[in-house]
Amino acid sequence: MQDPDAFDLGGFEFSASSHNAKEGGFTSKLATKTGTTISGVIYADGVVLGADTRSTNGETVADKNCEKIHYIAPNIYCCGAGTAADTEAVTGTYYVYFSIFQLILILKGMVSSALFLHRKSTLRESRVVSAQSILKSHLFKYQGHVGAALVLGGFDIHGPQLFTVYPHGSSDCLPYATMGSGSLAAMSIFESDYKDGMSEDEAKLLVARSIRAGIFNDLGSGSNIDLCVLSRAGTKYLRNFEIPQERTYIRAEGYKFKTGTTVINKRNFQTATSTTTEPKKIL
Amino acid sequence: MRLLNALTLIILLTYKAMCGHECVAIASDNRLGINQQQTTAIDFQKIFQIHPRLFLAMSGLASDMHTLKATFEFKHKLYELRENRVMEPKTFASVVSTTLYEKRFGPYYVEPVIAGLDKASKPYITGMDLIGAAAPTENFVVAGNNSESLFGVCESMYKENLEPEELFEVISQCLLSGSGRDCLSGWGGTVYVITKDGVEVKSVKGRMD
Repeated sequence: MQDPDAFDLGGFEFSASSHNAKEGGFTSKLATKTGTTISGVIYADGVVLGADTRSTNGETVADKNCEKIHYIAPNIYCCGAGTAADTEAVTGTYYVYFSIFQLILILKGMVSSALFLHRKSTLRESRVVSAQSILKSHLFKYQGHVGAALVLGGFDIHGPQLFTVYPHGSSDCLPYATMGSGSLAAMSIFESDYKDGMSEDEAKLLVARSIRAGIFNDLGSGSNIDLCVLSRAGTKYLRNFEIPQERTYIRAEGYKFKTGTTVINKRNFQTATSTTTEPKKIL
Repeated sequence: MRLLNALTLIILLTYKAMCGHECVAIASDNRLGINQQQTTAIDFQKIFQIHPRLFLAMSGLASDMHTLKATFEFKHKLYELRENRVMEPKTFASVVSTTLYEKRFGPYYVEPVIAGLDKASKPYITGMDLIGAAAPTENFVVAGNNSESLFGVCESMYKENLEPEELFEVISQCLLSGSGRDCLSGWGGTVYVITKDGVEVKSVKGRMD
Protein backbone atom coordinates (compact mmCIF):
# COMPACT_ATOMS: atom_id res chain seq x y z
CA MET A 1 0.00 0.00 0.00
CA GLN A 2 1.05 3.56 -0.68
CA ASP A 3 1.83 5.42 2.51
CA PRO A 4 -0.87 8.12 2.67
CA ASP A 5 1.67 10.67 3.92
CA ALA A 6 3.75 10.17 0.80
CA PHE A 7 1.36 12.47 -1.06
CA ASP A 8 2.15 15.34 1.27
CA LEU A 9 5.89 15.17 0.71
CA GLY A 10 5.75 16.31 -2.91
CA GLY A 11 8.50 15.54 -5.39
CA PHE A 12 8.88 12.53 -7.60
CA GLU A 13 7.44 9.02 -7.26
CA PHE A 14 9.87 6.12 -7.57
CA SER A 15 7.54 3.17 -6.94
CA ALA A 16 7.79 1.82 -10.49
CA SER A 17 11.58 2.18 -10.79
CA SER A 18 12.53 -1.22 -9.34
CA HIS A 19 10.16 -3.26 -11.45
CA ASN A 20 10.97 -1.26 -14.55
CA ALA A 21 14.66 -2.14 -13.98
CA LYS A 22 13.89 -5.85 -13.69
CA GLU A 23 13.03 -7.87 -16.78
CA GLY A 24 15.63 -5.88 -18.68
CA GLY A 25 13.21 -2.99 -18.88
CA PHE A 26 11.01 -1.81 -21.68
CA THR A 27 13.24 0.24 -23.87
CA SER A 28 11.29 1.20 -26.97
CA LYS A 29 9.97 4.43 -25.50
CA LEU A 30 12.30 7.41 -25.49
CA ALA A 31 11.78 10.74 -23.83
CA THR A 32 11.53 13.68 -26.21
CA LYS A 33 14.63 15.82 -26.19
CA THR A 34 15.12 19.24 -27.54
CA GLY A 35 18.43 19.09 -29.38
CA THR A 36 18.42 22.80 -29.38
CA THR A 37 19.90 26.16 -30.08
CA ILE A 38 18.90 28.75 -27.52
CA SER A 39 20.58 32.08 -26.86
CA GLY A 40 20.15 35.45 -25.26
CA VAL A 41 21.82 38.84 -25.26
CA ILE A 42 21.66 42.00 -23.16
CA TYR A 43 21.25 45.25 -25.08
CA ALA A 44 21.02 48.91 -24.03
CA ASP A 45 17.57 48.70 -22.39
CA GLY A 46 16.66 45.05 -22.11
CA VAL A 47 17.24 41.42 -22.98
CA VAL A 48 16.50 39.45 -26.14
CA LEU A 49 16.01 35.68 -25.88
CA GLY A 50 15.94 33.39 -28.90
CA ALA A 51 15.24 29.74 -29.68
CA ASP A 52 14.75 27.38 -32.59
CA THR A 53 11.57 25.29 -32.76
CA ARG A 54 12.61 21.70 -33.42
CA SER A 55 11.97 18.91 -30.94
CA THR A 56 13.45 15.49 -31.60
CA ASN A 57 12.79 11.90 -30.60
CA GLY A 58 15.94 9.96 -31.46
CA GLU A 59 16.68 11.05 -34.99
CA THR A 60 13.04 11.78 -35.84
CA VAL A 61 11.72 15.33 -35.71
CA ALA A 62 8.89 15.01 -33.18
CA ASP A 63 7.60 18.57 -33.56
CA LYS A 64 8.56 21.07 -36.25
CA ASN A 65 7.22 24.11 -34.46
CA CYS A 66 7.45 23.69 -30.70
CA GLU A 67 7.85 26.51 -28.18
CA LYS A 68 11.10 26.61 -26.27
CA ILE A 69 10.81 30.05 -24.72
CA HIS A 70 8.85 29.46 -21.53
CA TYR A 71 6.91 31.87 -19.38
CA ILE A 72 8.25 32.44 -15.87
CA ALA A 73 6.71 35.80 -14.92
CA PRO A 74 5.39 38.72 -16.98
CA ASN A 75 8.90 40.24 -16.91
CA ILE A 76 10.91 36.99 -16.97
CA TYR A 77 11.13 34.30 -19.65
CA CYS A 78 13.36 31.26 -19.95
CA CYS A 79 14.67 29.24 -22.90
CA GLY A 80 14.97 25.50 -22.30
CA ALA A 81 17.21 22.83 -23.80
CA GLY A 82 17.58 19.18 -22.86
CA THR A 83 14.80 16.78 -21.87
CA ALA A 84 11.56 18.42 -23.00
CA ALA A 85 9.48 17.30 -20.02
CA ASP A 86 12.09 18.62 -17.57
CA THR A 87 12.36 22.05 -19.16
CA GLU A 88 8.56 22.35 -19.23
CA ALA A 89 8.08 21.15 -15.66
CA VAL A 90 10.86 23.24 -14.20
CA THR A 91 9.99 26.56 -15.89
CA GLY A 92 6.36 27.17 -16.75
CA THR A 93 3.51 27.63 -19.16
CA TYR A 94 0.21 29.34 -18.66
CA TYR A 95 -3.22 29.32 -20.24
CA VAL A 96 -5.87 31.95 -19.77
CA TYR A 97 -9.53 31.11 -20.19
CA PHE A 98 -12.50 33.40 -20.26
CA SER A 99 -15.49 31.54 -18.95
CA ILE A 100 -18.91 33.21 -18.65
CA PHE A 101 -18.36 34.26 -15.07
CA GLN A 102 -14.67 34.57 -14.53
CA LEU A 103 -11.20 34.62 -15.90
CA ILE A 104 -9.44 31.36 -15.27
CA LEU A 105 -5.67 31.17 -15.21
CA ILE A 106 -3.96 27.82 -15.34
CA LEU A 107 -0.31 27.93 -14.38
CA LYS A 108 1.92 24.95 -14.85
CA GLY A 109 5.58 24.66 -13.91
CA MET A 110 7.61 24.98 -10.75
CA VAL A 111 9.21 28.42 -10.98
CA SER A 112 6.30 30.24 -12.62
CA SER A 113 3.94 28.98 -9.92
CA ALA A 114 6.34 29.86 -7.10
CA LEU A 115 6.91 33.36 -8.42
CA PHE A 116 3.18 33.87 -9.02
CA LEU A 117 2.43 33.14 -5.36
CA HIS A 118 5.39 35.26 -4.27
CA ARG A 119 4.08 38.22 -6.27
CA LYS A 120 0.61 37.85 -4.77
CA SER A 121 2.12 37.81 -1.28
CA THR A 122 4.65 40.62 -1.63
CA LEU A 123 2.82 42.74 -4.24
CA ARG A 124 6.12 43.37 -5.98
CA GLU A 125 7.44 42.49 -9.38
CA SER A 126 9.38 39.21 -9.53
CA ARG A 127 13.17 39.36 -9.73
CA VAL A 128 15.28 37.32 -12.10
CA VAL A 129 17.61 36.14 -9.30
CA SER A 130 14.63 34.57 -7.51
CA ALA A 131 13.93 32.43 -10.56
CA GLN A 132 17.63 31.67 -10.92
CA SER A 133 18.08 30.52 -7.33
CA ILE A 134 14.94 28.34 -7.34
CA LEU A 135 16.07 26.74 -10.59
CA LYS A 136 19.64 26.03 -9.55
CA SER A 137 18.78 24.66 -6.13
CA HIS A 138 16.24 22.29 -7.72
CA LEU A 139 18.66 21.18 -10.44
CA PHE A 140 21.54 20.76 -7.99
CA LYS A 141 19.34 18.65 -5.71
CA TYR A 142 18.76 16.21 -8.58
CA GLN A 143 22.47 16.07 -9.51
CA GLY A 144 21.93 16.49 -13.24
CA HIS A 145 19.22 13.85 -13.56
CA VAL A 146 16.65 16.57 -14.19
CA GLY A 147 18.09 17.41 -17.58
CA ALA A 148 17.28 21.06 -18.08
CA ALA A 149 19.81 23.48 -19.59
CA LEU A 150 18.40 26.97 -19.44
CA VAL A 151 18.95 30.52 -20.61
CA LEU A 152 17.07 32.76 -18.22
CA GLY A 153 16.40 36.39 -19.05
CA GLY A 154 14.35 39.18 -17.58
CA PHE A 155 14.00 42.82 -16.68
CA ASP A 156 13.54 43.80 -13.04
CA ILE A 157 14.46 46.70 -10.71
CA HIS A 158 18.14 45.94 -11.31
CA GLY A 159 17.67 46.31 -15.06
CA PRO A 160 18.20 43.67 -17.72
CA GLN A 161 19.58 40.33 -16.49
CA LEU A 162 20.74 37.23 -18.31
CA PHE A 163 21.74 33.89 -16.77
CA THR A 164 22.57 30.44 -17.99
CA VAL A 165 21.71 27.52 -15.70
CA TYR A 166 23.31 24.13 -16.30
CA PRO A 167 21.62 20.76 -15.57
CA HIS A 168 23.90 20.14 -12.56
CA GLY A 169 22.93 23.44 -10.95
CA SER A 170 25.78 25.78 -11.79
CA SER A 171 25.02 29.14 -13.33
CA ASP A 172 26.63 32.07 -15.09
CA CYS A 173 25.65 35.71 -15.36
CA LEU A 174 26.68 36.93 -18.80
CA PRO A 175 26.06 39.69 -21.36
CA TYR A 176 25.48 37.05 -24.04
CA ALA A 177 24.73 33.35 -23.56
CA THR A 178 23.99 30.22 -25.57
CA MET A 179 22.89 26.69 -24.66
CA GLY A 180 21.94 23.40 -26.27
CA SER A 181 23.55 21.29 -28.97
CA GLY A 182 23.78 24.32 -31.26
CA SER A 183 25.40 26.49 -28.60
CA LEU A 184 28.82 26.50 -30.27
CA ALA A 185 27.41 27.67 -33.59
CA ALA A 186 25.39 30.37 -31.86
CA MET A 187 28.31 31.46 -29.68
CA SER A 188 30.50 31.93 -32.74
CA ILE A 189 28.13 34.67 -33.91
CA PHE A 190 28.12 36.40 -30.53
CA GLU A 191 31.90 36.15 -30.17
CA SER A 192 32.46 37.88 -33.48
CA ASP A 193 29.68 40.48 -33.50
CA TYR A 194 28.56 41.28 -29.94
CA LYS A 195 29.03 44.84 -28.79
CA ASP A 196 27.95 46.70 -25.65
CA GLY A 197 24.89 48.95 -25.72
CA MET A 198 23.19 47.70 -28.87
CA SER A 199 19.75 48.94 -29.92
CA GLU A 200 16.73 46.64 -29.71
CA ASP A 201 16.71 46.00 -33.46
CA GLU A 202 20.43 45.24 -33.52
CA ALA A 203 20.03 42.82 -30.63
CA LYS A 204 17.04 41.08 -32.23
CA LEU A 205 18.92 40.59 -35.47
CA LEU A 206 22.04 39.35 -33.69
CA VAL A 207 20.07 36.77 -31.67
CA ALA A 208 18.13 35.69 -34.77
CA ARG A 209 21.43 35.29 -36.60
CA SER A 210 22.88 33.17 -33.77
CA ILE A 211 19.83 30.89 -33.83
CA ARG A 212 20.06 30.67 -37.60
CA ALA A 213 23.68 29.52 -37.20
CA GLY A 214 22.38 26.73 -34.97
CA ILE A 215 19.52 25.80 -37.30
CA PHE A 216 21.81 25.43 -40.31
CA ASN A 217 24.92 23.95 -38.67
CA ASP A 218 23.52 21.73 -35.95
CA LEU A 219 21.35 18.77 -36.94
CA GLY A 220 19.49 18.74 -33.62
CA SER A 221 18.21 22.28 -34.23
CA GLY A 222 15.92 23.41 -37.00
CA SER A 223 12.72 25.01 -38.31
CA ASN A 224 11.80 28.50 -37.13
CA ILE A 225 13.15 31.23 -34.90
CA ASP A 226 11.25 32.46 -31.83
CA LEU A 227 12.32 35.63 -30.05
CA CYS A 228 11.34 37.28 -26.80
CA VAL A 229 12.21 40.89 -25.98
CA LEU A 230 12.09 41.91 -22.32
CA SER A 231 12.58 45.56 -21.41
CA ARG A 232 11.26 48.34 -19.22
CA ALA A 233 8.56 48.95 -21.83
CA GLY A 234 7.23 45.40 -21.34
CA THR A 235 7.55 41.99 -22.92
CA LYS A 236 7.19 41.13 -26.59
CA TYR A 237 6.93 37.44 -27.49
CA LEU A 238 7.74 37.16 -31.20
CA ARG A 239 6.58 33.67 -32.13
CA ASN A 240 8.04 32.55 -35.49
CA PHE A 241 10.00 35.79 -35.94
CA GLU A 242 11.76 34.16 -38.87
CA ILE A 243 10.73 31.13 -40.92
CA PRO A 244 13.93 30.28 -42.78
CA GLN A 245 12.95 26.71 -43.66
CA GLU A 246 9.47 26.91 -45.09
CA ARG A 247 8.04 23.74 -46.59
CA THR A 248 8.78 23.95 -50.30
CA TYR A 249 5.92 21.99 -51.82
CA ILE A 250 2.42 21.12 -50.73
CA ARG A 251 0.13 19.58 -53.32
CA ALA A 252 -2.34 22.39 -53.88
CA GLU A 253 -5.41 20.23 -54.43
CA GLY A 254 -4.39 17.79 -51.70
CA TYR A 255 -5.46 14.17 -51.84
CA LYS A 256 -9.15 13.58 -52.36
CA PHE A 257 -10.89 10.47 -51.12
CA LYS A 258 -14.45 9.83 -52.21
CA THR A 259 -16.80 9.12 -49.33
CA GLY A 260 -16.87 5.36 -48.96
CA THR A 261 -13.22 4.75 -49.94
CA THR A 262 -12.51 3.12 -46.60
CA VAL A 263 -14.29 -0.19 -46.01
CA ILE A 264 -16.24 -0.11 -42.76
CA ASN A 265 -17.18 -3.13 -40.69
CA LYS A 266 -19.42 -1.47 -38.12
CA ARG A 267 -20.46 2.04 -37.20
CA ASN A 268 -22.30 3.89 -34.51
CA PHE A 269 -23.26 7.49 -33.82
CA GLN A 270 -23.37 8.90 -30.32
CA THR A 271 -25.47 12.04 -30.03
CA ALA A 272 -24.55 15.04 -27.92
CA THR A 273 -26.97 14.05 -25.17
CA SER A 274 -25.82 10.49 -24.75
CA THR A 275 -23.61 9.91 -21.74
CA THR A 276 -20.14 8.41 -21.72
CA THR A 277 -20.33 4.78 -22.76
CA GLU A 278 -17.65 2.24 -23.44
CA PRO A 279 -17.04 2.67 -27.17
CA LYS A 280 -16.69 -1.09 -27.54
CA LYS A 281 -20.30 -1.61 -26.52
CA ILE A 282 -21.57 0.80 -29.11
CA LEU A 283 -19.88 -0.98 -31.95
CA MET B 1 3.15 -5.80 -5.51
CA ARG B 2 2.91 -5.51 -9.23
CA LEU B 3 2.65 -8.38 -11.63
CA LEU B 4 6.05 -8.55 -13.24
CA ASN B 5 4.96 -10.68 -16.15
CA ALA B 6 2.70 -7.85 -17.24
CA LEU B 7 5.86 -6.14 -18.45
CA THR B 8 6.04 -8.38 -21.46
CA LEU B 9 2.65 -7.22 -22.63
CA ILE B 10 3.38 -4.60 -25.20
CA ILE B 11 0.85 -2.97 -27.37
CA LEU B 12 2.08 -2.44 -30.81
CA LEU B 13 -0.06 -0.07 -32.55
CA THR B 14 -0.27 3.02 -34.51
CA TYR B 15 -2.69 5.70 -33.79
CA LYS B 16 -3.11 9.33 -34.38
CA ALA B 17 -5.32 12.35 -34.08
CA MET B 18 -6.18 14.95 -36.68
CA CYS B 19 -7.89 18.31 -36.64
CA GLY B 20 -10.57 19.39 -39.12
CA HIS B 21 -13.21 22.08 -39.39
CA GLU B 22 -14.85 22.07 -35.95
CA CYS B 23 -14.18 18.37 -35.84
CA VAL B 24 -11.40 16.12 -34.69
CA ALA B 25 -10.67 12.49 -35.40
CA ILE B 26 -8.67 9.91 -33.52
CA ALA B 27 -7.82 6.44 -34.78
CA SER B 28 -5.91 3.37 -33.73
CA ASP B 29 -5.31 -0.17 -34.89
CA ASN B 30 -6.68 -3.10 -32.89
CA ARG B 31 -3.72 -5.39 -32.30
CA LEU B 32 -2.07 -6.34 -29.01
CA GLY B 33 1.09 -8.42 -29.03
CA ILE B 34 3.28 -10.18 -26.49
CA ASN B 35 7.02 -10.03 -27.08
CA GLN B 36 6.34 -8.01 -30.21
CA GLN B 37 5.78 -10.93 -32.58
CA GLN B 38 3.01 -12.94 -30.96
CA THR B 39 -0.50 -11.60 -31.44
CA THR B 40 -2.58 -11.96 -28.28
CA ALA B 41 -5.60 -9.79 -28.97
CA ILE B 42 -7.15 -8.42 -32.10
CA ASP B 43 -9.81 -6.26 -30.48
CA PHE B 44 -7.68 -4.36 -28.01
CA GLN B 45 -9.01 -0.96 -27.05
CA LYS B 46 -6.44 1.83 -27.14
CA ILE B 47 -8.76 4.84 -27.34
CA PHE B 48 -10.69 5.81 -24.24
CA GLN B 49 -13.57 8.22 -23.99
CA ILE B 50 -13.08 10.58 -21.07
CA HIS B 51 -16.25 12.61 -21.64
CA PRO B 52 -18.53 12.99 -24.70
CA ARG B 53 -16.12 15.43 -26.39
CA LEU B 54 -12.76 14.22 -25.12
CA PHE B 55 -10.70 11.17 -26.00
CA LEU B 56 -7.43 9.78 -24.76
CA ALA B 57 -5.42 7.27 -26.77
CA MET B 58 -2.38 5.48 -25.47
CA SER B 59 0.27 3.22 -26.88
CA GLY B 60 2.88 1.29 -24.96
CA LEU B 61 2.77 -1.15 -22.11
CA ALA B 62 -0.76 -2.59 -21.74
CA SER B 63 -0.70 -2.81 -17.94
CA ASP B 64 0.40 0.81 -17.60
CA MET B 65 -2.31 1.85 -20.05
CA HIS B 66 -4.98 0.27 -17.88
CA THR B 67 -3.54 1.79 -14.72
CA LEU B 68 -3.49 5.22 -16.31
CA LYS B 69 -6.95 4.87 -17.81
CA ALA B 70 -8.33 4.18 -14.34
CA THR B 71 -6.31 7.05 -12.84
CA PHE B 72 -7.50 9.57 -15.39
CA GLU B 73 -11.13 8.48 -15.17
CA PHE B 74 -10.89 8.90 -11.41
CA LYS B 75 -9.28 12.34 -11.66
CA HIS B 76 -11.79 13.45 -14.28
CA LYS B 77 -14.77 12.34 -12.19
CA LEU B 78 -13.44 14.17 -9.14
CA TYR B 79 -12.93 17.32 -11.21
CA GLU B 80 -16.49 17.18 -12.52
CA LEU B 81 -17.89 16.70 -9.02
CA ARG B 82 -15.78 19.47 -7.50
CA GLU B 83 -16.07 22.04 -10.28
CA ASN B 84 -19.48 21.06 -11.70
CA ARG B 85 -18.41 21.78 -15.27
CA VAL B 86 -17.01 19.95 -18.25
CA MET B 87 -13.25 19.54 -18.31
CA GLU B 88 -11.54 21.34 -21.18
CA PRO B 89 -9.14 19.29 -23.31
CA LYS B 90 -6.27 21.64 -22.35
CA THR B 91 -6.96 21.09 -18.67
CA PHE B 92 -7.07 17.35 -19.18
CA ALA B 93 -3.75 17.54 -21.03
CA SER B 94 -2.24 19.26 -17.98
CA VAL B 95 -3.59 16.48 -15.76
CA VAL B 96 -2.04 13.83 -17.98
CA SER B 97 1.25 15.68 -18.20
CA THR B 98 1.66 16.20 -14.45
CA THR B 99 0.57 12.63 -13.68
CA LEU B 100 3.24 11.27 -16.00
CA TYR B 101 5.93 13.68 -14.79
CA GLU B 102 5.34 12.63 -11.20
CA LYS B 103 7.00 9.38 -12.23
CA ARG B 104 9.88 11.08 -14.01
CA PHE B 105 12.46 8.58 -12.76
CA GLY B 106 10.34 5.42 -12.97
CA PRO B 107 7.93 6.21 -15.75
CA TYR B 108 4.77 4.63 -17.09
CA TYR B 109 5.63 3.23 -20.49
CA VAL B 110 2.92 4.91 -22.49
CA GLU B 111 2.74 7.54 -25.16
CA PRO B 112 -0.57 9.35 -24.86
CA VAL B 113 -2.46 11.39 -27.43
CA ILE B 114 -5.36 13.62 -26.42
CA ALA B 115 -8.05 14.77 -28.84
CA GLY B 116 -11.18 16.73 -28.10
CA LEU B 117 -13.42 19.69 -28.74
CA ASP B 118 -13.43 22.54 -26.26
CA LYS B 119 -16.38 24.66 -25.12
CA ALA B 120 -16.34 26.69 -28.35
CA SER B 121 -16.17 23.47 -30.44
CA LYS B 122 -12.57 24.27 -31.32
CA PRO B 123 -10.48 21.15 -31.93
CA TYR B 124 -7.57 20.48 -29.59
CA ILE B 125 -5.00 17.73 -30.07
CA THR B 126 -1.76 17.07 -28.32
CA GLY B 127 0.83 14.34 -28.23
CA MET B 128 3.06 13.62 -25.28
CA ASP B 129 6.12 11.55 -24.47
CA LEU B 130 6.25 9.02 -21.63
CA ILE B 131 7.25 11.60 -19.02
CA GLY B 132 4.66 14.19 -19.98
CA ALA B 133 6.32 16.64 -22.36
CA ALA B 134 3.26 17.97 -24.18
CA ALA B 135 3.45 19.09 -27.81
CA PRO B 136 0.12 20.62 -28.82
CA THR B 137 -0.26 21.05 -32.58
CA GLU B 138 -2.86 22.33 -34.99
CA ASN B 139 -2.81 19.60 -37.62
CA PHE B 140 -1.93 16.03 -36.68
CA VAL B 141 -0.25 13.96 -34.01
CA VAL B 142 1.09 10.45 -34.42
CA ALA B 143 2.41 8.09 -31.80
CA GLY B 144 3.18 4.47 -31.26
CA ASN B 145 5.19 1.81 -32.84
CA ASN B 146 5.53 2.89 -36.42
CA SER B 147 5.21 6.63 -36.06
CA GLU B 148 7.81 7.36 -38.76
CA SER B 149 5.70 5.93 -41.57
CA LEU B 150 2.58 7.56 -40.15
CA PHE B 151 4.39 10.91 -40.17
CA GLY B 152 5.05 10.38 -43.86
CA VAL B 153 1.49 9.70 -44.96
CA CYS B 154 0.02 12.36 -42.69
CA GLU B 155 2.40 15.04 -44.03
CA SER B 156 1.12 14.49 -47.56
CA MET B 157 -2.52 13.49 -47.04
CA TYR B 158 -3.53 15.97 -44.34
CA LYS B 159 -5.33 19.14 -45.43
CA GLU B 160 -6.66 22.02 -43.37
CA ASN B 161 -10.38 22.49 -42.66
CA LEU B 162 -11.57 19.04 -43.61
CA GLU B 163 -15.25 18.28 -43.13
CA PRO B 164 -16.10 15.28 -40.91
CA GLU B 165 -16.73 12.79 -43.75
CA GLU B 166 -13.53 13.74 -45.53
CA LEU B 167 -11.55 13.78 -42.28
CA PHE B 168 -12.68 10.22 -41.64
CA GLU B 169 -11.44 9.08 -45.06
CA VAL B 170 -8.10 10.86 -44.65
CA ILE B 171 -7.36 9.56 -41.15
CA SER B 172 -8.45 6.02 -42.08
CA GLN B 173 -6.32 5.93 -45.20
CA CYS B 174 -3.35 7.33 -43.26
CA LEU B 175 -3.81 4.68 -40.60
CA LEU B 176 -4.17 1.83 -43.09
CA SER B 177 -1.26 2.80 -45.31
CA GLY B 178 0.96 3.75 -42.35
CA SER B 179 0.33 0.56 -40.43
CA GLY B 180 0.63 -1.43 -43.66
CA ARG B 181 4.38 -0.87 -43.36
CA ASP B 182 4.49 -2.25 -39.82
CA CYS B 183 4.45 -5.96 -39.01
CA LEU B 184 3.43 -5.27 -35.47
CA SER B 185 0.22 -3.35 -36.04
CA GLY B 186 -2.93 -4.19 -37.93
CA TRP B 187 -6.13 -6.23 -37.58
CA GLY B 188 -8.24 -3.30 -38.66
CA GLY B 189 -8.72 0.02 -36.93
CA THR B 190 -11.14 2.01 -34.83
CA VAL B 191 -11.83 5.59 -35.86
CA TYR B 192 -13.66 8.23 -33.86
CA VAL B 193 -14.81 11.43 -35.50
CA ILE B 194 -15.84 14.01 -32.91
CA THR B 195 -18.10 16.87 -34.02
CA LYS B 196 -20.28 19.23 -32.03
CA ASP B 197 -23.32 17.11 -32.87
CA GLY B 198 -21.88 13.85 -31.64
CA VAL B 199 -19.27 11.19 -31.98
CA GLU B 200 -19.11 8.74 -34.85
CA VAL B 201 -17.35 5.45 -34.18
CA LYS B 202 -16.36 3.33 -37.13
CA SER B 203 -14.61 0.03 -37.22
CA VAL B 204 -12.38 0.00 -40.27
CA LYS B 205 -11.45 -3.09 -42.22
CA GLY B 206 -7.73 -3.77 -42.52
CA ARG B 207 -5.05 -6.39 -43.07
CA MET B 208 -5.33 -9.36 -40.70
CA ASP B 209 -1.82 -10.77 -40.57
